[in-house]
Amino acid sequence: MVPLNAYLIVAAGLFSIGMFAALARRNVIAILMGVELMLNAVNINLVAFWRFLTPATEASSGLKVGMSGQAFAAFVFVVAAAEVAVGLALIISMYRNRRTVIAEDVDTLRY
Amino acid sequence: MIEFLVNQGWDKDVATGVALLLGVVAVSTFGLLWIILGIWVERKFAGRVQDRLGPNRTGPYGLFQTFADLGKLLTKEDITPQGADKVIYNMAPLISVGAVLLIWAVVPFSKEWIGSDLNVGALYFTAVGSFGTLAILLAGWGSNNKYALLGAFRVIAQLVSYEVPMVLSILVPVLLSGSMSMQEIVNKQNIWYIFVSPIAALLFFISSLAEVGRSPFDLIEAESEIVAGFNIEYSGMKFGMFYAAEFLHAFTICVLASILFLGGWRGIGAEIPGVAGSLLGFVWLFTKTLGVYFLLMLIRNTVPRIRIDQMMAFNWKFLVPLSLVNLLVVAFVGKILQPDYVGVTAAATASSGLLSLVYQLLGPNLIAEIPRAVVIFIASVILWWLVSMVMQRYAIFEHLKAQTLVKEYKPYSPSPEQPTSAPVPSAGR
Amino acid sequence: MQNIDLIQWIAFVILSILVLGGGLLVVTDRNLFHGALWLLVSLFGVAGLFVMLSAPFLAAVQVLVYMGAIVILIIFAIMLTRRMMGIRESVNARWPIGLVMSALAFLVVSFILTLASSSQLLAYPANVAVQPDSLINFGKALVDTNQYALPFELASLLLTAALIGSIVIAREDG
Repeated sequence: MVPLNAYLIVAAGLFSIGMFAALARRNVIAILMGVELMLNAVNINLVAFWRFLTPATEASSGLKVGMSGQAFAAFVFVVAAAEVAVGLALIISMYRNRRTVIAEDVDTLRY
Repeated sequence: MIEFLVNQGWDKDVATGVALLLGVVAVSTFGLLWIILGIWVERKFAGRVQDRLGPNRTGPYGLFQTFADLGKLLTKEDITPQGADKVIYNMAPLISVGAVLLIWAVVPFSKEWIGSDLNVGALYFTAVGSFGTLAILLAGWGSNNKYALLGAFRVIAQLVSYEVPMVLSILVPVLLSGSMSMQEIVNKQNIWYIFVSPIAALLFFISSLAEVGRSPFDLIEAESEIVAGFNIEYSGMKFGMFYAAEFLHAFTICVLASILFLGGWRGIGAEIPGVAGSLLGFVWLFTKTLGVYFLLMLIRNTVPRIRIDQMMAFNWKFLVPLSLVNLLVVAFVGKILQPDYVGVTAAATASSGLLSLVYQLLGPNLIAEIPRAVVIFIASVILWWLVSMVMQRYAIFEHLKAQTLVKEYKPYSPSPEQPTSAPVPSAGR
Repeated sequence: MQNIDLIQWIAFVILSILVLGGGLLVVTDRNLFHGALWLLVSLFGVAGLFVMLSAPFLAAVQVLVYMGAIVILIIFAIMLTRRMMGIRESVNARWPIGLVMSALAFLVVSFILTLASSSQLLAYPANVAVQPDSLINFGKALVDTNQYALPFELASLLLTAALIGSIVIAREDG
């Protein structure tokens, strides 16, 4: 059985990669992809914790088998889908108005 | 199989691995071999519909025509266009075949023969089906060709849109059987779901026609508009793979339709344990599939292609709302009238005489499902009647609009001095 | 038992390479289209990890939602804005800071993890036998008013709002 730690370290690595993409890339679409990677890392964590912790704690106390991890992962899916839909709509609109997809070129709010 | 190998002195894990591998090979080879025969069937059928003979030169009744074509495709020059994204370009045909073959992993061929009885089978096949979309996108992008990209755009718009009513109609068998496992859907299908919810079956059939790009939804390869669509740059066996994938996908859709709505492998004698029952079940499944496939070929050869705006309007204004309402109706009725298997079984054992004979003839499970089936069927009929009323209104409205357009129509006359004297086409005709 | 353990480890390592390698290539590949495809590989690896964690439903949803919808949407956006493909610098001027930050985050997390596992903080028993009906349990939990019925409805509301919002934002005359 692969231990919980292994999953958590993979998730941490994926999260860091996604964070780097979100911090350093210039293209907005690439930033969005980085955010997707981060959300997936979170999902790995949620499901791994559910798999390793929930049945041991809650089943023994006589409650119904908890589904928190999977349920939260499902909500992360929903959020990811909504985020991509709105984000890409913003990118298309930005490209149409400003002819650019570079994050630093859209800095009107700074002035 | 595994026991046999273990008895031969093999290690148990190795034996399991080999048996699984052989299963994979058998299932995918069956699919690929069927293509060779199926293309012949399809061409022969198209020939008969169009009042010609079809392939008849190679072998008896032209049976070996496909082998000849295969040889031709294999010996053709393999072209990679300049500026193409090579890896993507070469990967796309592989993915398109693989996506279809992956579906076959969850197809229950009989009570005992199934690749892998996933408990999310119905979800699985919609998921791997989306790889096909991806393959087309890759092909369109990788070819470095404007027509290919245009074709890919159209295909994606079509496939993504028609996935919605397809998934919503798959949900109806899932709701009725209470499971997403394909084997369980067949097991619970004492009454074929096409008789329970004919609207869902119709919606599934139409939207999967669009999913595989068969006419009237063959805008994917609308040769008169975008040359050949996404596979314009492909030649030789790579084109052959796209062709095979499209063909196999059409057949796979028929298999899925017969599993979800026509009872799958169920039929007389298919419940017998052992090889004989399994073979019978396989034959039943294949017969039903061929029936659906016959319908598919008939539609392909008789219905003209529709326009792209009509296609999108048809999906979003007709199929999606109808499938949503249908799903709601089925869920509502199914929740109220849950079949009482235990009660009916008890009644069956307690009954005597003629009643007992009826129970034995039909089986208690089937009788338990009858009330729900009847009510959902009646609800479906009422729903269809309402829909047709709405459509009639819409048709009258459109007809009036067309009539006013015809009345206002003035034929073009080249000389401005001459007043238009051509008779206005009468609206009545 | 040893054999199964070994197979699981092999599968885990392969999937981790898919996840992390794909993720790295998403970040480093100059060609955005290829980046999107590597994202696909990475997400496929995540789906595999879900299967290993005995959550097949989430794996299927991962494939369906991410590969069938999200990545295809992203590729669409890349194609629609493909005049911008020829950007010379793919990272901004402050990329070293980003690199240090994310490397630091990874190191800190893995350090804490090793610390925790050595101090028995995270040494939970791995004896968990997952119930075969976890899918049914999951479905019931989502519509149970004591568990996740309200968040579930809110999620559907969020999706509707996102749908309408994105149409309004991306409309030609908007």
